[in-house]
Amino acid sequence: MSLISGLNKEFESRVRLGIMSVLMVNEWVDFTEMKNLLQVTDGNLASHSTALEKHEYIEIKKEFVGKKPRTSYKITEVGKLAFQQHLAFLEKIMRQ
Amino acid sequence: MNQKISDDLAHIRSMMERSSRFLSLSGLSGVGAGIVGLVTGILAIAILKKYQIDFSTDYVFNEKFVFELFVLGASALLLAIFCGCYFTVRKSKKLGLQIWTATTKKILVQLAIPLVVGGVFVLALLQYNLYGLVAGTTLIFYGLALVNAEKYTYSDIKYLGLLEIILGCLSLFFIGKGLIFWTIGFGVLHIVYGVILHRKYK
Repeated sequence: MSLISGLNKEFESRVRLGIMSVLMVNEWVDFTEMKNLLQVTDGNLASHSTALEKHEYIEIKKEFVGKKPRTSYKITEVGKLAFQQHLAFLEKIMRQ
Repeated sequence: MNQKISDDLAHIRSMMERSSRFLSLSGLSGVGAGIVGLVTGILAIAILKKYQIDFSTDYVFNEKFVFELFVLGASALLLAIFCGCYFTVRKSKKLGLQIWTATTKKILVQLAIPLVVGGVFVLALLQYNLYGLVAGTTLIFYGLALVNAEKYTYSDIKYLGLLEIILGCLSLFFIGKGLIFWTIGFGVLHIVYGVILHRKYK
């Protein structure tokens, strides 16, 4: 079972997996769009994205469009690498 | 354990696809636009007959003829766009997908670039009374637009685009028969493609 220990604990949650997947194929994705894609609540998305940011897997940008605040997400190089490794592990386990 | 991992992988794949491709495109939109195309093509051929016009030899046209052709073309365009939007919005509701997303904007821009350039080119052709080349030109630029938008939706539209381009190129060498090619391209091909897409992605 040594392979399992290679799995990244940070990606265990469906929401985090979803955030990473969306950001792998899109540059900047804003909060509302991410929320609609993953179909999660505001709080849920906020807490998971903050956790990913702490590990420097994603970058969070907060800006004002007119008077409305807008939050957008982008994957970092570290995040890309970590996610690719995670995917490779998943595939390896499946093949066994 | 394996079940969870295969679910994870399926989730990843679906999220990547949902977020980067416009999956609400409905086959029925194609069928609707195709029927409009077919009827329009036949009506246009009838108008040409009525005024006894042959695009391969005539370069001067009376105003009434141009007006009738213009009204036909404009109403066909509006009707086809309406069909396209109606069935696509309906499908997005059924699938629970958002319609106005960053991907939608991207695909519209990719479609618009060749279409606007084609439109300007057609205006120039009309300016010099080169009506015989218009049908083929619209097929070519429409095909280029589809090939260009392929990466943001079902890749099937690339093949439709390539067929439209081939038809358009061929028609340039059969001046006077352009409307027949146009009717096949915008009518028959749309219907066939719409039915295939509808069956494949129900």
